[in-house]
Amino acid sequence: MTSLAADTRVATADPGTRLVAKARWRWPEFLLWLFAIALIWIAPSRYLLFNEIVILALLALSIDLVLGFAGIVTLGQGAFFGLGAYTAGLMAKHGMGTFPWSDPLLGLVGAAIVAGFVGFLSSFLVLRGSDLTRLMVTLGVALIVQELGNKLDWITGGADGLQGVMPAPILGLFDFDIYGRNAYLYSLCTLFVLFLIARALVNSPFGLSLRAIKGNLTRARAIGIPVERRLVVIYTVGAAYAGIAGALLAQTTQFVSLDVLSFERSADALLILVFGGVGTLYGALIGAIAFKAMYDVLASATPEYWGFWLGLALVLLVLFARGGIMGLMAALMERFGRRRMGDA
Amino acid sequence: MPEVMSPVLETKALHKTFGGLTATNNVTFALPAGARHALIGPNGAGKTTFVNLLSGVLTPTSGTVYLDGTDVTRWPAHKRAGAGLARTFQINQLFADFTPLETIVLAISQAKGLAARFLRPVGTDTSIANAAADLLQRLTLGDVMHARVGALPYGKQRLLEIAIAVASEPKVLLLDEPAAGVPESEREQILDVVAALPGEMALVLIEHDMDLVFRFAKSLTVLVLGGVLVEGSPSEIVNDPRVRQVYLGELHVEGFSQPHAGGALG
Repeated sequence: MTSLAADTRVATADPGTRLVAKARWRWPEFLLWLFAIALIWIAPSRYLLFNEIVILALLALSIDLVLGFAGIVTLGQGAFFGLGAYTAGLMAKHGMGTFPWSDPLLGLVGAAIVAGFVGFLSSFLVLRGSDLTRLMVTLGVALIVQELGNKLDWITGGADGLQGVMPAPILGLFDFDIYGRNAYLYSLCTLFVLFLIARALVNSPFGLSLRAIKGNLTRARAIGIPVERRLVVIYTVGAAYAGIAGALLAQTTQFVSLDVLSFERSADALLILVFGGVGTLYGALIGAIAFKAMYDVLASATPEYWGFWLGLALVLLVLFARGGIMGLMAALMERFGRRRMGDA
Repeated sequence: MPEVMSPVLETKALHKTFGGLTATNNVTFALPAGARHALIGPNGAGKTTFVNLLSGVLTPTSGTVYLDGTDVTRWPAHKRAGAGLARTFQINQLFADFTPLETIVLAISQAKGLAARFLRPVGTDTSIANAAADLLQRLTLGDVMHARVGALPYGKQRLLEIAIAVASEPKVLLLDEPAAGVPESEREQILDVVAALPGEMALVLIEHDMDLVFRFAKSLTVLVLGGVLVEGSPSEIVNDPRVRQVYLGELHVEGFSQPHAGGALG
């Protein structure tokens, strides 16, 4: 994969090839995923942290699909995360650690179905209205789900949390070990598969039509794009993704507490996405890494000032790098690339 | 010679009010296939409102819109587009972050019902990508097809507006002031593009520039205060005393200020 040779080939290629080339893999992408796998050997004692990062990244990715590509502002993604967590948690608990109900992969599917279904129903609420309306509606739905989680304590365990979550071994082979190694690999593989799907989705004609809706609603309608149908689909997909993220948390920590439904998680995930860069997919991943790394370093050094550092970083980023970390990197690459090749 | 064919686009007693203001007043209108029709009228005559009613951006207060004989009055804009009605906008409505090629590929994909495809990247269907590139070449946008739309010069953006509308090979194309704001040097190019559109496509041109109108149109409708003042061939319109008074009078008769049309409304 020599990208230089590919570039010169593409410059003179026919229009179709040129368009498809936009979707091809670039070397930093391989690097990131290889790095994620290499972490198993680089830092074997930090699996739990890595697992958390992966789950946060998946949640942020679910927001990117909805916000970054379709332009739907949401503060309620935590509701779907929580629904997924409880679904997978309950399946594992009542399945008594055996196939089929406690099977982790089926747990992910169950979480995706439940979260996706609630996402589908609530999508009709975000079709109309401005950004502010959508912000309030998504927040409202999240608050309702949170309160339900509290009140339905005979199902959810209420404030005590859901105890006895025992997922079966992954594929019947790999147990969730106490070091969290298999948990991290399991979450990472799930993220990778979902990332591949998301990546294909946003590069497809369907993804282009979503970007069109975000870019100019009037024009999108005028060329015949069924805007409402598209938004329903992507909101549902986003909810399912968030649900799977929640399921991963429930299965890998083998516990579900009410805070899976908390507003803070939705806000953190949105913040992570803005950190990383909205509408890039990788922004969700990079943002999650940066956020957790920052937290890990700063909060352990000066726990009482975590909010201060987070706020400072946010302000600086929004003022000086509106494209987030991905935006900064793209600008750097472009400068570097222009010097090297003349035309990138 | 009167048209034997049924009209491809038709309105019956179309009416639109905004509060107390009548923007479209009882307009009955028929457009045969392949028409070269111009819609003219002084500022505020309701030309754009009428186009918005035709294209589904607005819903009429009363009256009916037929597209190819089907009642589409309650259809949303995207459904009418799918049925063969395309339009350009007086103010550019483009996807600033797209390239012209992506824009047209999307428009063609949507027209073919393939824009909901996922998993394969845009451009995999080379027939669509090539068709898009061809169209852009024909509309003199070939050299900028990979540039960012938002960075294109205004004249090119106006051409892209037309390209998007034409991409779906519509039965009816509504051109809302395609040359608005385009410098004199580039107007000719837009006229050429419009003149080269396929003969079977019915065109409606909304325009202020009378030169442009009379070079293009084989029939005209004059709108005044939301209603049809008169319809006819260019020579009939030019020689109609009411039109001279109301519309052309504005341009040619010194000191004429009040564009009122006797009892011709309603």
